[in-house]
Amino acid sequence: MNWETVIGLEIHAQLATRSKIFSSAPTAYGAAPNTQANLVDLGYPGVLPVLNRSAVQMAVKFGLAVGADIAARSVFARKNYFYPDLPKGYQISQYEKPIVERGSLQIVLEDGEHKTIGITRAHLEEDAGKSLHEDFHGLTGIDLNRAGTPLLEIVSEPDMRSAREAVAYMKKIHTLVRYLEICDGNMQEGSFRCDANVSVRPLGQSEFGTRCEIKNLNSFRYIEKAINYEVARQIEIIEAGGTIRQETRLYDPDRDETRALRSKEEANDYRYFPDPDLLPVAIDTSFIEQARASLPELPDQKAARYLGQYGLSVYDAGVLTASREMGDYYEAVLAVLGAEHGEGHEKLAANWTMGELSAALNKDGLDITRSRIDARRLAGLLGRIADETISGKIAKEVFEAMWAEGLDADAVIEAKGLRQITDTGAIETVIEEVMKANPKQLAEYRSGKDKLFGFFVGQVMKATGGKANPAQLNELLKKKLAG
Amino acid sequence: MTQLHHLSLTELAEGLRARHFSSVELTRHFLDRIERLNPTLNAFITVTAEVALAAAEQADRQLAAGEGGALAGVPLAHKDIFCTDGILTTCASRMLSNFVAPYDATVVERLSRAGAVMLGKANMDEFAMGSSNETSWYGPVRNPWDLDKVPGGSSGGSAAAVAARLAPAATGTDTGGSIRQPAALTSLTGMKPTYGRVSRYGMIAFASSLDQAGTLTRTARDAAVLLSQMAGFDPLDSTSVDTPVPDYVGQLARPLTGLRIGLLKEFFEQGLDEGSERRVREALEVYRRLGAQLVEVSLPNLPLSVPAYYVVAPAECSSNLSRFDGVRFGHRCDSPVDLLDLYERSRAEGFGDEVKRRIMTGTYVLSAGYYDAYYLRAQKVRRLIADDFAQAFGQVDVLMGPTTPSPAFAIGAKSDDPVTMYLNDIYTIGANLAGLPAMSIPCGFQGELPVGLQIVGPHFAEARLLNVAHVYQCETQWHERVPKGYE
Repeated sequence: MNWETVIGLEIHAQLATRSKIFSSAPTAYGAAPNTQANLVDLGYPGVLPVLNRSAVQMAVKFGLAVGADIAARSVFARKNYFYPDLPKGYQISQYEKPIVERGSLQIVLEDGEHKTIGITRAHLEEDAGKSLHEDFHGLTGIDLNRAGTPLLEIVSEPDMRSAREAVAYMKKIHTLVRYLEICDGNMQEGSFRCDANVSVRPLGQSEFGTRCEIKNLNSFRYIEKAINYEVARQIEIIEAGGTIRQETRLYDPDRDETRALRSKEEANDYRYFPDPDLLPVAIDTSFIEQARASLPELPDQKAARYLGQYGLSVYDAGVLTASREMGDYYEAVLAVLGAEHGEGHEKLAANWTMGELSAALNKDGLDITRSRIDARRLAGLLGRIADETISGKIAKEVFEAMWAEGLDADAVIEAKGLRQITDTGAIETVIEEVMKANPKQLAEYRSGKDKLFGFFVGQVMKATGGKANPAQLNELLKKKLAG
Repeated sequence: MTQLHHLSLTELAEGLRARHFSSVELTRHFLDRIERLNPTLNAFITVTAEVALAAAEQADRQLAAGEGGALAGVPLAHKDIFCTDGILTTCASRMLSNFVAPYDATVVERLSRAGAVMLGKANMDEFAMGSSNETSWYGPVRNPWDLDKVPGGSSGGSAAAVAARLAPAATGTDTGGSIRQPAALTSLTGMKPTYGRVSRYGMIAFASSLDQAGTLTRTARDAAVLLSQMAGFDPLDSTSVDTPVPDYVGQLARPLTGLRIGLLKEFFEQGLDEGSERRVREALEVYRRLGAQLVEVSLPNLPLSVPAYYVVAPAECSSNLSRFDGVRFGHRCDSPVDLLDLYERSRAEGFGDEVKRRIMTGTYVLSAGYYDAYYLRAQKVRRLIADDFAQAFGQVDVLMGPTTPSPAFAIGAKSDDPVTMYLNDIYTIGANLAGLPAMSIPCGFQGELPVGLQIVGPHFAEARLLNVAHVYQCETQWHERVPKGYE
């Protein structure tokens, strides 16, 4: 039988506010345990939550970016359960009335087709602390630094049909929240993570199968592997005549498998009810318009502009807009290049940003904002290609030296004497020397062995250390060889 | 000269400012009375003698320099529900019997900034759950008017302390009548302000949407003086309201001519004892003589207030009290074997029966499958009651009726029957459900036991209520009576 996979994701994006969602304690990552939790975060008797305005602004920005409805009135509710890293015995979240509802975004499938993924809702909530089970001699340590950190939980419709689509969606959200500067997107630190609801059904069936929820996936690779494992597991069970139990599962990356955590029957009754300590969040049009005015150019808009304005391919535009920083870098290169050499170098700049630069960044594990060659320097290098001071091939050598030594392109070109030879006389002299040194090949060429043209190009380049202007060389060489 | 403890809060503040006596002298006087009389009454859980004397010395220095706030050097007691920095804050529960609060509640902070001297922390029903002060882990409080009777609750310690002249005034909290009912049972002036008028920050939560801090004083004037210092917006409490605090004292003496008083029909129908009714009707007659018009009004949904309250309040309390889990503060059981054991035993040992009863009720009404039938329906009833009040205030300026169905009952008389106990709050709960300001003032005695008159006003009408209470107190002497043995 052919099976269809159905996936919905719940993404938790940690909002990049300076202080917590209901307290004034800082949110910075990596501090000593329990040093970034004040009395409110610790759930002390008598303390009260006060909503962080900037968390609300961020949620609204996200809602606008995915074309969603912003609720004029949303309500915080308490989700009640006992756990040592949940200090109050309840998590403040939004339940019946979330701040964002009914949005969508588009992902690009492998065949280049676009697909719209529905976003059911996005709501604000506070994160819990962490339970640390190691290094405590059989006891559990509690670190409440993370308690009260603002989260935006983004819930998708069950619109994805493969692990690849799920990853594409997750990456798109990841790009978006970083564009909006509402989340640092750091998956290792847990700032961006997701739960995946996965089910399978016979192809063509309209009802959904029973789903399992895979908790706490914090890398794109794990999401794909976990979903693929889970799909195979479910199909195997059904094909063997079994049924799927609705349950929560955990993915173990070391074994590449998911394991049951708890069944639906064991699930908590969270006894949600509106939090009486917080007023409903009232959002008026001016608040929304302010947020709208602060929206940056979004990835899809930017990609469309790169297509139209710079004539880039869909693929190039996609790569260059995958992160806001990448696009910023590319446009900074273009700005310098354009100022000095006019327009027409958009493709050149795109190729170098996506090619040499990205490869060098990857190799050194650097973020583009910490590139060893900044946009101004790369533009300087590309300018020398544009004005034919050096060839593209020499430019790669110059790039390597710039990367290693932190120099300007011109400094490298001067120091290494890599300036391209464009003096016709000089190139002709070298050609004549090469012809003289290779009489046999010259004779063969002149008797019709055209293939030897490449041989002569190579010899001249060798003699000039690769610095002869390739176009000029071609032209002059053809003339000379013809005799 | 009149003994110091017979002076009202207002007179004490004036006397201190005029340097007729020092704050240290005054504080010692009350501390001596507490030492002598509190063992019988059990009105205090903690007496903060050292802290009080240090604050009194500081107040004296300020007063000598012609400085100091409105309450400079005036002693008072705080209900032990308010967090006090560095001082045991128990909420009368074994759960918090070891809890030293690391900060001051906003109410405490504001009053000490005004110069008030804290004598100690007053006994109360455990976590403010009770109407008799019998649920305290620290034992029941006795009513100074009759030591075999309850002082009411949950602010029973505050009430007994002020009634017995162990403190000139005390803070209290009122979730379903916890200021007004003890005020009625001990012949005091109790003020529960509008929900949001006084910050709840640092006040250990029972039912967050109903809890409100207020005052227990001997006179309406004292209440006005004290409330002026407590009220106002607090950025730390999202439910506190950002409207200016009017001049409560300045409006006290306004004449009552033309005042429209609504008599709550429902209050005179249901189980009101005859003697109490007579005292209340006599008080209303005083108002009529003062120029007020009496109109009977009906709040048809008011009889539903007790059931609605006993769904909403336990629901909120079941969640509010989850933080007492033995992990970070408060009582922790001995050698827990695992997490569940830690939770179960710490909470089983830490909470008393009434608290457990409400946590269980609240957990039940919020459970899947019951939420709509109980919690949601109770919230609807709550809205209907609030609408009833709003409609009534379209016709009248204030509503009046009894505060309680009967005077103080005997210790132990109702403690085995929670529902009968709950019905004792039948007249007071409505104001909490609707968030309205309400007072109880002394209006006579039934035998040796005081009777209270309740006055309810529209939102933020505290100034009007205090005025209505004050003018009555200018005409009557009920509030001046002192219980025997405490003269």
